[in-house]
Amino acid sequence: MSHIRLEHVSKIFGPKPKSVIPMIEQGMSKEDILADTGHTVGVYDASLEIERGEVFVIMGLSGSGKSTLIRCFNLLNKPTTGSIYIDDDDIMLYKNPQLKEVRQKKIAMVFQHFGLFNHRTILGNVEYGLEIRQVPKEERQEIAMKNIEIVGLKGYEDKYPDELSGGMQQRVGLARALANDPDILLMDEPFSALDPLIRREMQLELLDIQNRLQKTIIFITHDVNEAFKIGDRVAVMKDGRVVQVGTPEEIIEAPANDYISEFIKDIDRSKVFQAEHVMTKPNALVSVKDGLKVAIKEMEENGISSVFVVDRGRHLQGIVTIDDAIEGTKQKKQLMDVLRTDVTTVDREEYVSELIPKALESSFPLVVTNEDNRVEGIILRVHVMAGLVADDVDESEEYQGTVPLT
Amino acid sequence: MWDFPEIRTNIGEYVNNFVKFLDRTFEGFFEFIFFVASRTINGIDDFLVFLPWWLFIIIIILLGAYFKSALAGILYGIFVFLIGTFGLWEDMMTTIAIIVSAVLICLIIGIPIGVWMAFSERFSTIIRPLLDAMQTMPSFVYLIPAIFFFGLGNVSAIFATLIYALPPVIRLTELAIRGVDKEVVESAQSFGSSRWQTLRKVQLPQALPTIMAGVNQTTMMALAMVVIASMVGAKGLGEQVLISINRIDIALGFEAGISIVFLAIIIDRITNGVADKFQKHRRVGK
Repeated sequence: MSHIRLEHVSKIFGPKPKSVIPMIEQGMSKEDILADTGHTVGVYDASLEIERGEVFVIMGLSGSGKSTLIRCFNLLNKPTTGSIYIDDDDIMLYKNPQLKEVRQKKIAMVFQHFGLFNHRTILGNVEYGLEIRQVPKEERQEIAMKNIEIVGLKGYEDKYPDELSGGMQQRVGLARALANDPDILLMDEPFSALDPLIRREMQLELLDIQNRLQKTIIFITHDVNEAFKIGDRVAVMKDGRVVQVGTPEEIIEAPANDYISEFIKDIDRSKVFQAEHVMTKPNALVSVKDGLKVAIKEMEENGISSVFVVDRGRHLQGIVTIDDAIEGTKQKKQLMDVLRTDVTTVDREEYVSELIPKALESSFPLVVTNEDNRVEGIILRVHVMAGLVADDVDESEEYQGTVPLT
Repeated sequence: MWDFPEIRTNIGEYVNNFVKFLDRTFEGFFEFIFFVASRTINGIDDFLVFLPWWLFIIIIILLGAYFKSALAGILYGIFVFLIGTFGLWEDMMTTIAIIVSAVLICLIIGIPIGVWMAFSERFSTIIRPLLDAMQTMPSFVYLIPAIFFFGLGNVSAIFATLIYALPPVIRLTELAIRGVDKEVVESAQSFGSSRWQTLRKVQLPQALPTIMAGVNQTTMMALAMVVIASMVGAKGLGEQVLISINRIDIALGFEAGISIVFLAIIIDRITNGVADKFQKHRRVGK
């Protein structure tokens, strides 16, 4: 069961919104409808399913309807047609008291320009939602203080919003939303009014908070890099329609149309692709008990200059180079004697941008291991580069070695 | 040939009949208003006269010092003392009582109307031309129905003052509520606030600085009506001005006139200072 489900949601602004729906069905463009009837098509036929605990990003340029759509989730905009299910309950059918309760307990929202109440202190802002729910004063102040601490604003609770910087104001916005302990967090371009440095900091902090609290987050942005950085899944909107939904990797690898290709042209791929996307399966591996001769044979067969050594459970032991191996056999040494352990291991979720310096510093391929030190894949420098430029990362190619044998 | 033809529309007659109709039909209502208004004025007046003169001066100094500066406070104290030396102490108190009552009633009527206009486009379009008419109509005209409904005296003065001074507070309330940042209102709604909660906890406090500017204007207009209203029997400084006109008494005219100027300065600066205090943390946007 998905947490939130939108079915054919449309939102049209104007005096007779329903009259416009058939025109759109006939394929009239947004501009023509505005010119002919004076109605603005905000969102048309949006269907989405959002899972519990997911960070779902809705991305689009200004005027694409993303802000209209996010306001449908808590009915700040009541859709013209369609249904919105939260926990399998159609909130479009709710009467006022039920709607109020949903807003008070299940959904909270963070706004682009913060939407803070500048006549109230920080504490007064954060406790607002609880005050509306008539939580007793002491209890709500305690909860508010806890959330002010979560966003790192302890000590500022008696200040007024206009005494804080933009980044701090948005932290207040976040704390105010979190104070209600909602299941769902709606974030309408929360970081676009902030300068780039603060924005990056806030993105990381949001992910950090999300790790701890596991909310369902719906996040709006016009910034592709931001969308792909924080989104588990991303929906791309254009002219009020949802054009593509998928994980960042899916969208980069298979953009649904030219519009999206254009959109993602400037994306920093190194911050989207992770180790697991560029690594290859490790088919050339040597077991500890195999001995040096096997290792040399393996390297010769695969035409590679070094090979990783694992134990029976495929746990990484180290690496043997061809030179060391030949030298070792001459001196009748064991495999363990010439084993080198200065290999760089990486996690499968590390981004390519983090792999670049590691790949450059290490004289061997990078090994992708899990928490148990089990080998999951191998990344060559060439793979790192491929992750940066190629349109599709070829994952079928298997590990062939660092440098061809000369 | 060159003269205007003999066509007459008796619109004045209709208004006359209408006012008479109002008076007959709502007699009880007007009596009630008369009762409330006269009690309010008399109450405030009695209280102000009851205050020892030095205590009143100290209050003025403290208000001035709190909302403006210590120097301003002392200056206002001197102004009030001077008015006393003109022998106009009790007239000043009556004038203040009339102004305060008029402004209070203005706020009680004006703010809800302004809020309603902000919420309803239709209501706003109906009321707006009325406000224009109220402000542009020569203020003497209001004296006639005032006498008709309430007879000569302070209540008529308040009624006329009310009509003249009401528009700014209504207009600025509407403007202020409409001017509250859309996102701020949305954020209040997104937390499940009811309409009333949104209004009381967010929109009104956010709008307060602008509403206070309206209060300041309304007060100044009420003060401007003081002399005119004395023609329908309002007591106070205005009455002294009127007497001095009739007697061509330059000395009294100057003393009463300068007293009104002093009062105007004090009231304007103090209400302005109140507005500034509210303004402090309510800058719109960032």
